[in-house]
Amino acid sequence: MSHGHAEVITTHEVHHDEHGAHHHHQSFITKYIFSQDHKIIAKQFLITGMIWAIIGGLMSVLFRLQLGYPDQTFPWLEDILGNWARGGKITPESYYALVTMHGTILVFFVLTGGLSGTFANFLIPLQCGARDMASPMMNMLSYWFFFGGSIVMLSSLFIQTGPFSGGWTAYPPLSALGDASPGSKTGMDLWITAMAMFVVSSLLGGLNYVSTVLNLRTKGMSMTRLPLTIWALFFTAVLGILSFPVLLSGFILLLFDRHAGTSFYLSDIYIAATNQALPNEGGSAILYQHLFWFLGHPEVYIILLPAMGMASEILSVNARKPIFGYMAMVGSLFAITILAFLVWAHHMFVTGLNPFLGSVFVLLTLLIAVPSAIKVFNWLTTIWKSNIKFTPGMLFALGFVSLFISGGLTGIFLGNSTLDIHLHDTYFVIAHFHIVMGVSAFFGMFAGIYHWFPKMYGRFMNNTMAYIHFWGTLIGAYLIFWPMHYEGLAGMPRRYLDYSNWSSFNQFGELNKFISTVAMIVFALQLLFVFNFFYSIWKGRKVTTLNPWDATTLEWTTPIHPGHGNWEGEIPEVHRWAYDYSKDGRDFIPQTEPIGPNESKH
Amino acid sequence: MTEAVSTQRKKIHPHKFTLWIGIGSIIMMFAGLTSAYIVKGSMAGFTTVQMPQIFYYSTAVMLISSFTMQWALKSFKERGMQQYRRLLTVTMILGLAFICMQLIGFSQLWEAGTKMKGSTGAGQFLYVIFGLHAVHVLGGIIALIVMFIKAFSARIRNYNSIPVEVMSTYWHFVDLLWVYLFVFFLFKL
Repeated sequence: MSHGHAEVITTHEVHHDEHGAHHHHQSFITKYIFSQDHKIIAKQFLITGMIWAIIGGLMSVLFRLQLGYPDQTFPWLEDILGNWARGGKITPESYYALVTMHGTILVFFVLTGGLSGTFANFLIPLQCGARDMASPMMNMLSYWFFFGGSIVMLSSLFIQTGPFSGGWTAYPPLSALGDASPGSKTGMDLWITAMAMFVVSSLLGGLNYVSTVLNLRTKGMSMTRLPLTIWALFFTAVLGILSFPVLLSGFILLLFDRHAGTSFYLSDIYIAATNQALPNEGGSAILYQHLFWFLGHPEVYIILLPAMGMASEILSVNARKPIFGYMAMVGSLFAITILAFLVWAHHMFVTGLNPFLGSVFVLLTLLIAVPSAIKVFNWLTTIWKSNIKFTPGMLFALGFVSLFISGGLTGIFLGNSTLDIHLHDTYFVIAHFHIVMGVSAFFGMFAGIYHWFPKMYGRFMNNTMAYIHFWGTLIGAYLIFWPMHYEGLAGMPRRYLDYSNWSSFNQFGELNKFISTVAMIVFALQLLFVFNFFYSIWKGRKVTTLNPWDATTLEWTTPIHPGHGNWEGEIPEVHRWAYDYSKDGRDFIPQTEPIGPNESKH
Repeated sequence: MTEAVSTQRKKIHPHKFTLWIGIGSIIMMFAGLTSAYIVKGSMAGFTTVQMPQIFYYSTAVMLISSFTMQWALKSFKERGMQQYRRLLTVTMILGLAFICMQLIGFSQLWEAGTKMKGSTGAGQFLYVIFGLHAVHVLGGIIALIVMFIKAFSARIRNYNSIPVEVMSTYWHFVDLLWVYLFVFFLFKL
């Protein structure tokens, strides 16, 4: 770049005047609501995400009630849901609406917004050694677009025709034609508006994350000294920046089909509800699927990578050992990021995709097993023969590894286009993605919350409740999703309200009751976590030392309650990588400590 | 604080960097749309249209506006504020002229029978893709208006060239994006 020194220094001084000043008085509104402090914004994302998780989880309880007890009525359901459960039984339309909203909420609003929104905001400046994000203003806007999108999505639950009900993937024609189903009317318009706002939020956030990681690291913090959390969050942001715009272009064409009568996705349609043949010709629903899954698959890794990064960090801290194969970890994150863009069509094996093209996508899909296996190997070797401290964060990180292995292995089944002919759209798929990206990403998120809660609020969460939460959720998750593999192998399709007309699936009647019961218990355990979270904010055990976990990274050099600007005085300089645990006879050496004269340089 | 600054000295300014990533993001959006065109264009029954003449002229207008923007940046850096304001105004007017010409082009296509309803071919893609590009130009014009107000405000004296550099980079980008889209359609129609 062709600018000289002088002007850059000028602008940076301006920059620091803005963020270094944490003495001046702030009103409640600028401090906690329209805050530009990355730590407050992180908490806003976290708490909004938690509210969404409760709503989305409650939906799963409702439809599990239907799936477990299809022959019974629950009059109290009508009291809560009104027309959605006439006579105490969930109607088919509202069942579809529930599963659609459950998917949309959990995938986007909880595990994207709530997960990377929280931890990218919280950890990137703290672990890179920056006073705030590159653009705190954009960061604030990112949250408020997320909030706005959340309100619009929430409002769609309360309209008369109900929220969108065509599946979280919003395939046309159900998403393109208002007459196709009740949920395709206003519900779909609100869905697409909310999603557009969500995409804007993700982009604003992602631009900031990448820009901060690459530009605002403290002195001495080279890229290879970054903790793996930051690498993971960085690649997550890159994935979002490159894939969300493609989803948006898919949505724009969808909007034209919906409201201008074009035929990008529609062709030769006859609507039974209105007894009408449509003039649309030549459109291709597959085109939408390509555009959707070009985001949809990277989205899986947008959800998973932050969990991987946090698990790596937490495993290393609590095993008191350096992470095994740091560069291999970074390399495998990079490989996953690249491959994420090259495998989208494995979601479309049975849509009439050219079989040759399918075989290419099978190969690329199975290649993901390589970086995934490297990561698993490195996690296991990190904890191998280590002196593990079983903190709640550590337990959840270990649980994450367990679930990632279990869920990842079934991915090898589904990545085969031939096996997919049998397994597609069955409970096998449900089981696979719930374990590998749903529950395991949640475990990464829980690990992160338990581990960084002392930094967020200056207090610890209650350990007893955390242990109950962990064991209950881990056992419960396996009890819920493991049996679904058998149902799926037997051919039981997903998205059905009632299987009692299929005699071949009657054998699963009791199993479904069992799954539903466990799902309800696990949901209640999450409420225990929520209680623990809010209780501990005000009543938890206070943090008395700067570095309660004896970790090496920079966030633990800040005051217990860091102000806006994070460090009082100068930002510390970094002299070593983030994983000097049990080195040269010492338990840990902080990143800020210079390399000693007799020390081997890492 | 000086030490922290010294490490960041050789790096690109964060705002400029953020713009470049944002540009990457916009590129992905249009890559998605033009690849959708390629996929759909290879299907049976895809109809094409005649490119309206006016889009050639709007291309010229866009290219000239890029030139005036660059000149404005140069004047700003040389503290030629009078000339900077004049060139900023010219760029803005050219941008608005571009949008008007795009709208005229759309209406010509519409008159020639390319409607939204019914079957979809190149014409409908052209509306969507060129329209979306025009929205991005409009965003640039709004940013120009903000800079215009700042440049004419007597209260604020600012010689920081970063915002002007960010502005000109974005403007050149929408210009290049237009050239890409125009050439893409020239080959495909």
